[in-house]
Amino acid sequence: MNRALLLSASMFAFASAASAETIRMSVTTSFANSGLAEVLLPEIEKGLGLTVELLVVGTGQALKLGETGDVDAVLVHSRPAEEAFVAAGFGTHRREIMYNDFVFVGPSSDPAGVIGDASAVEALQDIASSQSAFVSRGDDSGTHKMELGLWKTAGIAPEGSWYNAVGQGMGAALNTASGMDAYILADRASWLNFGNKGDLTIVFEGDPVLFNQYAFIPVNPALHPHVNAEAVDALEAWLTGDHAKALIEGYTIDGQKLFVFNAKPD
Amino acid sequence: MPASSEVPLARPSHPLASKSMDNLVRTSGLSGQFVYFEPHLGLLAIVLQFRSGADFPMNDILAGLAQALRLVVSFDPTLYEITLRSLSVTLTATIIASLIGLPLGAWLSVNRFRARRFVIATLNALMGLPPVVVGLVVFVIFSRSGPLGVLGLLFTTKVMIIAQVILITPIIASVAHQAIRELWAEYHDLLISLNATRFQRIKALLWDSRRALLTASLTGFGRAVGEVGAIMIVGGNIEHSTRVLTTAIALETGKGNFALALALGFVLIALALGVNYALHFLSRTERSSRW
Repeated sequence: MNRALLLSASMFAFASAASAETIRMSVTTSFANSGLAEVLLPEIEKGLGLTVELLVVGTGQALKLGETGDVDAVLVHSRPAEEAFVAAGFGTHRREIMYNDFVFVGPSSDPAGVIGDASAVEALQDIASSQSAFVSRGDDSGTHKMELGLWKTAGIAPEGSWYNAVGQGMGAALNTASGMDAYILADRASWLNFGNKGDLTIVFEGDPVLFNQYAFIPVNPALHPHVNAEAVDALEAWLTGDHAKALIEGYTIDGQKLFVFNAKPD
Repeated sequence: MPASSEVPLARPSHPLASKSMDNLVRTSGLSGQFVYFEPHLGLLAIVLQFRSGADFPMNDILAGLAQALRLVVSFDPTLYEITLRSLSVTLTATIIASLIGLPLGAWLSVNRFRARRFVIATLNALMGLPPVVVGLVVFVIFSRSGPLGVLGLLFTTKVMIIAQVILITPIIASVAHQAIRELWAEYHDLLISLNATRFQRIKALLWDSRRALLTASLTGFGRAVGEVGAIMIVGGNIEHSTRVLTTAIALETGKGNFALALALGFVLIALALGVNYALHFLSRTERSSRW
């Protein structure tokens, strides 16, 4: 009995080995799926001696984690939600870092005739009028909010048996679309890194409304004193600096550039 | 996208994925028949041949097996890291839950009190606690804004252990209670006539039903090691910190990397088997002279 106690106590200690300087940042699935984090985090560790632990969740939950003080900073892409977050005092300020873009993905046979459309809105109208299967994230993420905004602009209330809200992350939604041969709105990075493409292909891209701005928001240390504000400041300076710019702009998948750095200097 | 590339930087290959495996999956989807030879392993040439009628998911399963083998044989550091973390978290949770659950099960067997039936029924019902709900409740309690937020335990392996202890203690206690109750019926007259104290009775019963109690603990371990709903929420699946086998499987499935997800799944099953074999071997069950 005593030995078991000792064993469990030592394992408990082993299971929680402490690290020196660590901060937590909640990021969206699309950022994590892009693979850019795997390029940036080691460089941050090298340059700042700072370990950044990523919590990969949807934008809604990412902001919620900042609100409750469970992370030190937030990196998301949904401007209205971010501005509301800062206005409510949960974050100190919003700093734009970079943008990427969304693409419409669909079956290569293109039953809705989206290929060659002039705008994202026209593409949605084609999908709705042909009642072609469409998969929506339906999880209050930045991508989901972008999609809902586009439907609104198109003047369509998306409902019916062709519209499938899965309520899951980008990858799970792409798996569903791949299985159903359905249309879906995805960020380019997640799409390029996705391993189960099946018969799906990019059917529409390039409309400026599909640009997707990422912003960095430090969690307010006045609300949550345990937040490591100093390290967050250092991280913000690094993310908006020249080295980050070179890494972000140079990042490609299959020869395609994914992100455009647009942080303004202080 | 506008371009002004200065530093050419290729996509970093996934720490667990090999390029040839990507090609393997791709090839298998297009042509029905293919031969796969792993060039990185001089000693081990894995040759798989499918008939052209094989389904794609079937190819995924074989590719998953091959990749699991490759990861294990090549001592992939990421794989070993998350496997060890799975093992340490779940073993710790199982030990703690056993220290609570086994004596509780024994105590319930030998004591008669008014609410006994109610307590046992509740314990049985709690065996089916939904992990995602346990995860959410533990999350809210340990969130910085929650009652125990000051401890700063959220998104650590400690809180993952706590969630798993909550999940499996009722299982271990229920199974232990069932086993000890039967033994108690047998031992009742003897122990009473020996005038054994209550503590002595519980001790004798626990020791003599140790085989069944091992099963109780292993049932708890089995539930915890394959659990993803609770630890995903409270642990956050942070790389090099709280990522374990089950959360890594969920992550890779989300990326559409089915072969890699399956490979991790096979490692998980092997881990569960290994722990069970080891414990049964160490406790010398099923030997002819002893029961």
